[in-house]
Amino acid sequence: MASRPRTHIVVFLAPAVIVYTAVMIWPLFNTLLLALYTTDEAGRHFAGLKNFRTLLGDPNWSRPFWNALGNNIWFFVVHMLVQNPLGVLLAAILSHPRLRFAALYRSAIFIPTVLSFVIVGFAWKLILSPIWGIAPSMLDMVGLKSLFAPWLGKEEYALTTLALISVWQFVGIPMMLIYAALLSIPEEILEAGEIDGLTGWQAFWKIKLPLILPSIGIISILTFVGNFNAFDLIYSAQGALAGPNFSTDLLGTFLYRTFFGFQLQLGDPHMGSAIATAMFVIILIGVCLYLFAIQTRMRRYQF
Amino acid sequence: MKISRLTGYLLVSTFLGGAVWAEDVTLTIESWRNDDLAIWQDKIIPAFEASHPGIKVSFTPSAPADYNAALNSKLDAGSAGDLVTCRPFDASLALYTKGQLADLTGLAAMANFSDVAKSAWQTDDGAATFCVPMASVIHGFIYNKDAFDALGISVPTTEAEFFSALDKIKADGTYIPMAMGTNDQWEAATMGYNNIGPNYWKGEEGRLALINGTQKLTDEQWVAPYRQLAKWKDYLGDGFEAQTYPDSQNLFTLGRAAIYPAGSWEISGFNTQAQFKMGAFAPPVANAGDECYISDHTDIGMGLNAASAHPDEAKQFLEWVGSAEFADLYANALPGFFSLNSTPVKMQDPLAQEFVSWRDKCQSTIRSTYQILSRGTPNLENETWTASVNVIKGTETPEDAGKRLQAGLESWYKPAN
Repeated sequence: MASRPRTHIVVFLAPAVIVYTAVMIWPLFNTLLLALYTTDEAGRHFAGLKNFRTLLGDPNWSRPFWNALGNNIWFFVVHMLVQNPLGVLLAAILSHPRLRFAALYRSAIFIPTVLSFVIVGFAWKLILSPIWGIAPSMLDMVGLKSLFAPWLGKEEYALTTLALISVWQFVGIPMMLIYAALLSIPEEILEAGEIDGLTGWQAFWKIKLPLILPSIGIISILTFVGNFNAFDLIYSAQGALAGPNFSTDLLGTFLYRTFFGFQLQLGDPHMGSAIATAMFVIILIGVCLYLFAIQTRMRRYQF
Repeated sequence: MKISRLTGYLLVSTFLGGAVWAEDVTLTIESWRNDDLAIWQDKIIPAFEASHPGIKVSFTPSAPADYNAALNSKLDAGSAGDLVTCRPFDASLALYTKGQLADLTGLAAMANFSDVAKSAWQTDDGAATFCVPMASVIHGFIYNKDAFDALGISVPTTEAEFFSALDKIKADGTYIPMAMGTNDQWEAATMGYNNIGPNYWKGEEGRLALINGTQKLTDEQWVAPYRQLAKWKDYLGDGFEAQTYPDSQNLFTLGRAAIYPAGSWEISGFNTQAQFKMGAFAPPVANAGDECYISDHTDIGMGLNAASAHPDEAKQFLEWVGSAEFADLYANALPGFFSLNSTPVKMQDPLAQEFVSWRDKCQSTIRSTYQILSRGTPNLENETWTASVNVIKGTETPEDAGKRLQAGLESWYKPAN
């Protein structure tokens, strides 16, 4: 039996492997390769790591790069501090057996996730508009008009505002994953804890939270990858120049401007690929850190 | 028998019809003017097709902000249309040097345009022209005539009058003095800096001196416009930091703002939207009687995709675009896009007439950052956007903005002499 040729495995794998190679692996390596070339009067030729030296060494390139990276880290921090705890909290509330209309809340919170970025960006721009928006008039109704500021137009608030908009949009994903994890915790364990005197919040902190930690880890890494690839929301709300004064510039918008050009700035595919490669490396390092430093130490519980 | 004969006739007519159809060539136009789609389809294209049987034209615009990126990708991939609407200067020059736009120097219609009109679509030495100039846009201010009459304000011609008018509107409180926001950034540079600037740097004289390297962006004439922009802050509406370009347009056309720093391309849109009388004035000069300068920017042209399958038909279209007939049709269908054709065009729209009348009393120039100076990194045009916004918001002083722009320019640009 064991000696029978297993060609059928190859046949069954082929469609997925071919499609994946054509649309993912090949373009990825092509981009990495493109970053090593440059175009000048002599035409396109191999330039080694020159583009990366420019990106990190020339202040005209390194300043926007570090600015974008710093903004990206803050964008990620806001998601980790707001989106994921909020997701856990919502899931904990939703999984409460005596909550009424749980399905309704669940759908309502999850709906923004399926909306297009363009709609989300446009709708929030209108909501927060100092001229026609409902945010200033709603604050006015409760007498807090003085708290209103044109948030999207202020350097100090714009990025945080956009990060919170993104949290609003995506909070449904951690909520759903944690909710599923919470539902999979067997009743017996909770009952055993109850006999030992663990109830309410104590039961959550001491039993449920350790059991959903692997899910939280997965959510964190999904958030990390998603945030460092983010582009759409900034582009639809602030444009490719990521105003005001580049305060909302993420690596994604920086890459777009460089690769495709913007207004009078002509596109530079080689520098653009260098930025794309840098993004790839940053995400790779983050994911590796997680896989080797955290994932391997995470304890697994067998029910 | 009868039926089969009928079938035969039908078949023959189908083949003949097919043969006639096969002779028709369809030319596709790439453009960023999606606002003009109806005018091209209803007025311009039918006029061309009527005089040129056998050629069909289809106008396929994309969003202005995406146009350059989309066009470059399409040209690289070989899927771009036969005719390409040309951005002025380097964006199109780069396409020509890459061999993606054809050389149109030999086109007979080129004789209808002055050298200044063609300069936006020529190689630096002026040897080859690669787009037919279509139109220019003029900067100035559009104002709400009813508001000015109600408040007893006369049209300002000097800066002092301009600011006293703004003060008066602000003190009255009925209207926002000026409708402009900084969210989209480009208005601050295009309708702000490059609108009022030519009066300071004396139009072409200053612009060419900047290219020659005899003037710097830190010189008084280049910093002073920023100083005026910094004063605008007090006259913009509440929350102008997050006000977008459409917000500003709506504020003005709804009659909530009195003055709109404008480009003439707004005219047709404002004519349909605004319910009040409008007027326009040129950027005010420093002292009464000073020579005035206006930004009369060569903005739009049309070129031939070098990879087009129908170059001869496309050239026929371009010859027509260069004709006086097209100039008349275009300038009147789209008031505010002023023909660059040497044949004078009679325009019907009073607001457009007002704008174009400045050409007679003021010196024309084009936007300072467009020719040559936005070729490197950092890109001077994009930097000017951010600098203008920062100055208006007060986060950067005019002097610092000038210093930063000059340092950025010097890092890659070496003047010829």
